[in-house]
Amino acid sequence: MARVFLPLVLVAMALFAAAPLVVANAPPEQTMGLVQKIFYYHVPSAMLMFVSAFVCGIASAVFLFRRSAAADRVALAAGELVVLFGAIVLVTGPLWARKAWGVWWEWDARLTSSLLLWMIFLAYLLVRRFGGPGSEKLAGAMALFGMANVPFVYVSVNYWRTLHPKTSVVMTLAPGMRAAFWFCVAAFAALYVLLLTLRKRLEDRQAEVEQLYLAAED
Amino acid sequence: MRQFLRVAWVVMRKDLTVEMRSREIVYTTVFFAASCVLVFAFALVREGRPLEDAAAGILWISIAFAGTLGLGRTFERERHTETLRALMLAPSDRPAIYVGKLLGILALMAIVEAVLVPMIGLLFHAPVLARPLWLVALLGLGTLGFASVGTLFAAMLVRARSRDVLLPVLLYPITIPVIIAGVRGTAALFQATPDEPMARFWAALLVFFDVVFVTLSLWTFEPLMTE
Amino acid sequence: MKRLLPLIVLCALLPGALTLAQAPAGPPSTQGDFVPVNQLPAQTEQLPAAPLLMGAYAFVWVALLVYVWSLWRRMTKLEHELADLRRRLQKL
Repeated sequence: MARVFLPLVLVAMALFAAAPLVVANAPPEQTMGLVQKIFYYHVPSAMLMFVSAFVCGIASAVFLFRRSAAADRVALAAGELVVLFGAIVLVTGPLWARKAWGVWWEWDARLTSSLLLWMIFLAYLLVRRFGGPGSEKLAGAMALFGMANVPFVYVSVNYWRTLHPKTSVVMTLAPGMRAAFWFCVAAFAALYVLLLTLRKRLEDRQAEVEQLYLAAED
Repeated sequence: MRQFLRVAWVVMRKDLTVEMRSREIVYTTVFFAASCVLVFAFALVREGRPLEDAAAGILWISIAFAGTLGLGRTFERERHTETLRALMLAPSDRPAIYVGKLLGILALMAIVEAVLVPMIGLLFHAPVLARPLWLVALLGLGTLGFASVGTLFAAMLVRARSRDVLLPVLLYPITIPVIIAGVRGTAALFQATPDEPMARFWAALLVFFDVVFVTLSLWTFEPLMTE
Repeated sequence: MKRLLPLIVLCALLPGALTLAQAPAGPPSTQGDFVPVNQLPAQTEQLPAAPLLMGAYAFVWVALLVYVWSLWRRMTKLEHELADLRRRLQKL
């Protein structure tokens, strides 16, 4: 296990460390200038937030319908990562918006629905932590509703008049920007897989410890 | 299918019969909703008079708060008398039990809204009779969306710790889109010239939410309630 | 492996810090040179972008590092507990 793991760690770290260099060399954007470079971390984080919401939702469905404890551990790991990457999106976004739009926050469709998605998974973590026994199932239902929310967040920006750039921006980037952008996506994706694996492994250990406690009592 | 509907109907009748004996939940929830409206009416003032533009928002906030309270109380009663476990032991379709509980909650909410809408009309001079059918449609669809998720979570929380605070924590982030759609649609109807196309748009969105929420709730009720 | 993790993270930080240190200042700045006031576009020019950009990147790094650190800390604690329990069970 460690043999596959270590290269993954090194790749993730290398990619992530190189990202600032790549971003610095990308051509500056016309109207927004320097602050647009936040895009290279903001959008990959948003993409991974959605991916993680799906992972959590699907794992929760498997847990609810197949009673798979391993799936539940994956769901917990993915749920935490939704909150982590969501926090990154919700902080880098306003920092960019302050310069680009003049305000920290706007109640438009994309921002509101992203905030709600983040809060759904924050509630997911709260239920798991404070719900008492049997709360994994309830959290699983929460995750399913959260996952149903993701497509809505994604398309909201295309159907409502909103300040937020449309999804077509990613596909029509200039060549220099495109390379930097997809490099950052790869770096974040590698990092995501790494964090998910680590977190799931932590939960596996926790489950082992609990089993040993039960065995020790017998 | 007929069996399904029969079970749902029986569950709902049971809830309504028990409630009609003491009428405790109905009275207290309606009073709470009315107090909510008053609190907001006095909190949101401009030049000493209530803010008339806020009528739609205040209506829906009061519905959401009263709904949360009603859900909690209804399922607390189930927990207290252990009837939920008895229901689960019965050899009937689990989703049918869910639908029965949902219909009971909807009946409670209908009574609350029947009191709130005239109140809003009087206090905020809102034209509630301008497009009554659209208003009823919006209220019905929005309440269905809210109650469908609420019934699912309240039923699950019956056995959980911190259940009183967890219900709003879980319910509000998911149902805020429903509330938004309800408020915007109702606000469109309360304008000086009611904006019907706008109300229709938001009603369509509410239908979409309702379909997703009810489907997900029906689908997950069984695995959630089984030990 | 777990002991190497902080070292790896530190090594990852260094190149990032170095590149940021030597990165060019950004696009040819329209607000640096002497431009007559009435030719400046509206108020957005008056807000410097660099602190926002640095703040955003700093937040991302800090958030990720804090998360990884918390994972690492809990992992070592669990490993100790696990070893402890195994020893106790063997004695029984």
